[in-house]
Amino acid sequence: MSEDNGEEPAKVIGELIGKNKHLLLSAVPFAMAVGMEVVEVGPARATLSLPWREDLVGNPETGVLHGGIVTALIDNACGTAVICALTRMTSVATLDLRIDYLRPATPGQTVFVDAECYHKTRSIAFIRALAHHGDCGDAIAHSVATFMLGANQTGPSRQIAEKVGQ
Amino acid sequence: MTDRQRLPRLTHPVSNEDIGRLMQAIPFARLLGVTATNDESGRVIAHMPYADHLIGNPRLPALHGGTIGAFLEMTAIAQLVANMAEPGIPKTIDITVDYLRSGRPRDTFAKAIVAKHGRRIANVRIEAWQDDPTRPIATAHGHFMLPEGGEAAAPPGNDEG
Repeated sequence: MSEDNGEEPAKVIGELIGKNKHLLLSAVPFAMAVGMEVVEVGPARATLSLPWREDLVGNPETGVLHGGIVTALIDNACGTAVICALTRMTSVATLDLRIDYLRPATPGQTVFVDAECYHKTRSIAFIRALAHHGDCGDAIAHSVATFMLGANQTGPSRQIAEKVGQ
Repeated sequence: MTDRQRLPRLTHPVSNEDIGRLMQAIPFARLLGVTATNDESGRVIAHMPYADHLIGNPRLPALHGGTIGAFLEMTAIAQLVANMAEPGIPKTIDITVDYLRSGRPRDTFAKAIVAKHGRRIANVRIEAWQDDPTRPIATAHGHFMLPEGGEAAAPPGNDEG
C-alpha cells in the first residue's frame, strides 16, 4: 500500500480472499471451539463475531461474558486484520494487546469486533479494534495492539495462500 | 440462558479448596480447563493444562494468544478474590498483555502480584510460564474494579515478588 513504483499496487489478502473469508478462522482451533465467525473483511480490516454462550461466561451470577473471551476475540480480530493488510501470506504473532473495558457485555447478545490495521512497517503492524453489540457508539471494549510480521516460518494457513493465488 | 448460579461462599483465609471451587464456578475457566491453588502465603498459582482446543496456530503449533490473555486475566482475578474480604468477582477495567514467546502445546502456569489493592481499584501484574518460571511466555498488567466489600481482607502477604 505504501509502495509507489508506478505499477498497480498489489492487492491485499483482505481484497483477494472474497468468499473464502471463513478460511481465516477455520484453521484456528480455539476460534472454532468458542464459535467465532468472520462477518466481513476488507483491505486491512476485519469484523469477527462471537455469539453469547453459557460456557463463555465469567460471572455465573450475572451471565456476563468473561473479559478473557472478549480479549481472545479482539486478539483474533486484530490478527485477521493484519493478514487482510498483507499482500503475501505471512505468519503473524501478537506482540502486545491493550484492552480498555468500557462496559460489561450484555448477557445473551453477540459480540462483534471491528479491527483495523492502520499502519504497517516491514516487520510490525499496528492495529486498533472496537468490540460492540452492533452499535459502535455503545462499545464494550476498545483495544490497540501491535503484531510482528514473519515471526516464524510457518504461516497460519497454506490454504489461505492457495485461495489468494500464492 | 439457564438459572444463574451463586458463587461459592469464601471464608478467610481462603483455602486451596475455595480457590478451586471458585474456578469451577466460572464457566469460561472450565472451558479453558483452568484450575488454581493457593499456598500458605496466600499466593495463587493458576494452571492451564494443555488441550487441543486452546491452539491458535496448528502449524507451529502454538497456543492462541487469546487463551493466554484470558488465562492471565483469570489469574489476576483469582488472586484478588483470594485477598478480598467478601466474595465477588472483580471487573477488568483494562489489561495490557505482552507476548514474549509463543505458547508451546504444553501446560501453562501463572501467578499474579497485586501491586496495589485499594478500596475500589486494584493494580495487578501477572506472569505466565511453561517449563521454566524464569522464562515467562507472557506478562500482563491491569486494573480491576473491586466489588462491594472487595478491599483486602488482611494485609496481603503477596505484595512483594
